Amino acid sequence: MSTEKIYNFMGLRKIAALCSVALLVISIGALSVNGLKFGLDFTGGSLVEIGYEQPADLNKIREQLKVVGYDDAVVQTFGSPTDILIRLGQDHDPQLGDKVLDALQQGESQTLNLRRNEFVGAQVGEELREQGGLGMLLALFMIMVYVAFRFQIKFSLGAVAALAHDVLIVLGFFAIFRLDFDLTVLAAILAVIGYSLNDTIVVSDRIRENFRKMRKGTSLEIMNASLSQTLGRTLVTSLTTLLVLVALSVFGGEMIHGFAVALLVGVLVGTYSSIYVAANVLMAMNICKEDLLPPEEKEQEVDDRP
Amino acid sequence: MLNRYPLWKNLLILFVLVFGGLYAAPNIYPDDYAIQLTGSRDVFQVDQPLIDKVTAALERQNVAIKSTELENKHGLIRFADGEAQLKAKDIISRVVGDDYVVALNLAPTTPDWLTSIGAGPMKLGLDLRGGVHFLLEVDLPKAVSQKLENYASEIKGRLREERLRYRKLETLENGALAVKFAKAEVRDTAVDLLRKEFQEFLVSADERDGSFFAVINLTEQAVRDIETYAIKQNLTTLRNRVNELGVAEPLVQRQGRNRIVVQLPGIQDTAAAKRIIGKTATLEFRLEAKPGASSARTEVYEFRSELGRKATLEKDIIIKGDNVANAQASFDENGQPQVNITLDSKGGELMARTTKNAVQRRMAVLFVEDKERTVYKTVEGEQVAEKIRYQEKGIISLATIQSVLGNQFRITGLDGAGESSELALLLRAGALAAPIYFVEERTVGPSLGAQNIEMGVTSVQIGLGLVLVFMILYYRVFGVLANIALSLNLMMLIAVMSMLSATLTLPGIAGIVLTVGMAVDANVLIFSRIKEELKNGLPPQSAINAGFGRAFTTIFDANITTLLAAVILFAMGTGPVKGFAVTLSVGILTSMFTAILVTRALVNLAYGGRQISKLSI
Repeated sequence: MSTEKIYNFMGLRKIAALCSVALLVISIGALSVNGLKFGLDFTGGSLVEIGYEQPADLNKIREQLKVVGYDDAVVQTFGSPTDILIRLGQDHDPQLGDKVLDALQQGESQTLNLRRNEFVGAQVGEELREQGGLGMLLALFMIMVYVAFRFQIKFSLGAVAALAHDVLIVLGFFAIFRLDFDLTVLAAILAVIGYSLNDTIVVSDRIRENFRKMRKGTSLEIMNASLSQTLGRTLVTSLTTLLVLVALSVFGGEMIHGFAVALLVGVLVGTYSSIYVAANVLMAMNICKEDLLPPEEKEQEVDDRP
Repeated sequence: MLNRYPLWKNLLILFVLVFGGLYAAPNIYPDDYAIQLTGSRDVFQVDQPLIDKVTAALERQNVAIKSTELENKHGLIRFADGEAQLKAKDIISRVVGDDYVVALNLAPTTPDWLTSIGAGPMKLGLDLRGGVHFLLEVDLPKAVSQKLENYASEIKGRLREERLRYRKLETLENGALAVKFAKAEVRDTAVDLLRKEFQEFLVSADERDGSFFAVINLTEQAVRDIETYAIKQNLTTLRNRVNELGVAEPLVQRQGRNRIVVQLPGIQDTAAAKRIIGKTATLEFRLEAKPGASSARTEVYEFRSELGRKATLEKDIIIKGDNVANAQASFDENGQPQVNITLDSKGGELMARTTKNAVQRRMAVLFVEDKERTVYKTVEGEQVAEKIRYQEKGIISLATIQSVLGNQFRITGLDGAGESSELALLLRAGALAAPIYFVEERTVGPSLGAQNIEMGVTSVQIGLGLVLVFMILYYRVFGVLANIALSLNLMMLIAVMSMLSATLTLPGIAGIVLTVGMAVDANVLIFSRIKEELKNGLPPQSAINAGFGRAFTTIFDANITTLLAAVILFAMGTGPVKGFAVTLSVGILTSMFTAILVTRALVNLAYGGRQISKLSI
């Protein structure tokens, strides 16, 4: 077989399992204590974005809004100190943007401009939340079926465990740091599912191949060999993806910042999980050569396609 | 021979790439800031004299024009920058008045030879070009209950005609109708009658507190029909109104069971847009005045479609639009176009009462719209725009009454299928529709849109640059080949997006960036396989062959699963998320083509068919 170095990945599997469990506990804890800070897309309400020429004074803006009766306004900067985001529990009002703009323009020598004005009905928000959760579960299920069909049920459980692990940790990250969870972040999480899966499949593919090819060796040795052989590829791909994500989070602007952050975390965790979580689950389920023998004939047919 | 593609395969790949290049090309040409000029109604045509008038006015105010175009019914005036465009809009609105719609637009500058093969640039989403997005909800339960109320009077009428004595008709809490009878046998006859005559009812007999009831529910099919009709009618009405706004590429689309999305790129004045969308139009059915009737009891109206043609009508209104239940264009037994009109029972009664004494007289249908006009006044030396609301009434049909009309009648003698469908459309637009309300609204300013594009493009460039540099450092010659494939992948992605005329959104750009990062994955898989095979002692040529061969299954499985996730994302996502899903899925497919076939072709060209001892990988 190969002369390249084989790392003893599985030697650390107990420690890795502990790490994963700890991360999961923290994530679930944060999710149940802090909860997700849902963005406008999911909560419903109104949002106004105003552009200033000079850095704006948030407290002054809050005062100005209070005077005209918007007591519940949440004022924050959006990407830069000259860009202000105001969230209101306000119901639908077509003139809201202009009203807020007028109120803030009072006694201001610089010209403000209305950059964005959004309203989402509470009902719509609730539906999106449900749909989002449902979509995620559906994605996991479909993937499980596909992997069970192409590989074997144990691989399928391993892959889904890895995915659930990644998704929970990204969600936990958003809960701990109280980051806005909007539609683009949901999209990012589904992309994380896709990405992490990609990684896991590549590793599983090699494990399957080696189980058939390596006549000698325990499951543990085969796992280690497979992980070592794919390590180069895993790292290079993660690195290129991380490169573009860093570019996106730094230069992409505030509107997709959450998206980029979710994917950054997701890719990091996904890389780790494709090495440790999926393989760990396989080990825990005592994967062995016999598991992979029966479908071999069938697989051969598929593999022969160009 | 190992690692040589046959000529046809190379040519095929080249052909696909050239094809993709052509269709991606229109995106290189930046859009022009333009103003689109359209007639607010069919009778107001945009013609050369009007364009000349506008150009002259712009020249007087020193606004530089890039070019003007006159295409069927609308004019397009291009400007060098956004500032000139905005300034010009004011001037043009004043010159042409309210008969024409003046809309801001971004006009593509695709050269003719590309347009002729059907190529065009990607459309930009609202978050990139600025504009308004509305989500409207149609009140379907209301539509169904309105329909049931209409039925109530019809049922009463039929029972009276058949002399079936009932005590009262009430609406139950669940929306069903209940008719109360004193006698069981009368109730049974009534149930039979209703079952026979109203296919859309589920009629059941009930007995409570010594009284006998016939309980009437709508069948599921009937409810669905009503809902579909309500949505369709609202869609048509909204499309008409949106067209009136003169937006360049408006989108009016059903979303889910009871919602309608309206997207108006380039529109900034939300309030105005909402007024027009939420605007109500209605109908008035009136008799034509007898010759010599006193002018105190008549009014003169113009025809909507023929300027100058007028008719004198009675002031009395027979029925209004809210009595019209449906209007449909069709053909009579001789193949002549006609419009079938269905009134509700109250409307039918009123119509019968009036037309009994008016056979052979003519009846007109007036289309009534609430409108707004802008007037420019000079107040203290400054020009101020003031909006005045008014009602505009125009005759859409004037036809002779052939016999007494009931709740179903038809208008014949129309000029063609075009006229009948136009008339049916107007009748429906003015007819009773299920109420709609706004559930979501998003406005993106044009400056934010431009900034989003800039940031998106910058991050694609930087991300791509980083990946290109990394690949060359890590894989050297093979890295260069992978980079060529990656750049071609980007080109193919843009080509497919343009061909599908998919809309590019900010998350869509994020999808492109992500694709750039992930697309190299297939190449990385192949290259690590080749490296491995080399280490295993295979000669270079066999290593290349084995590397590509072995990596294929892995690439296939990995990409299919990602594609699954992307498809689910597309199916359940809305708006911007859909944009992301589209670029991601298209990116996966094009990257499989470029990473596997194009890279292989390049590697074959570089190394195939000759003796080599070492690979630069």
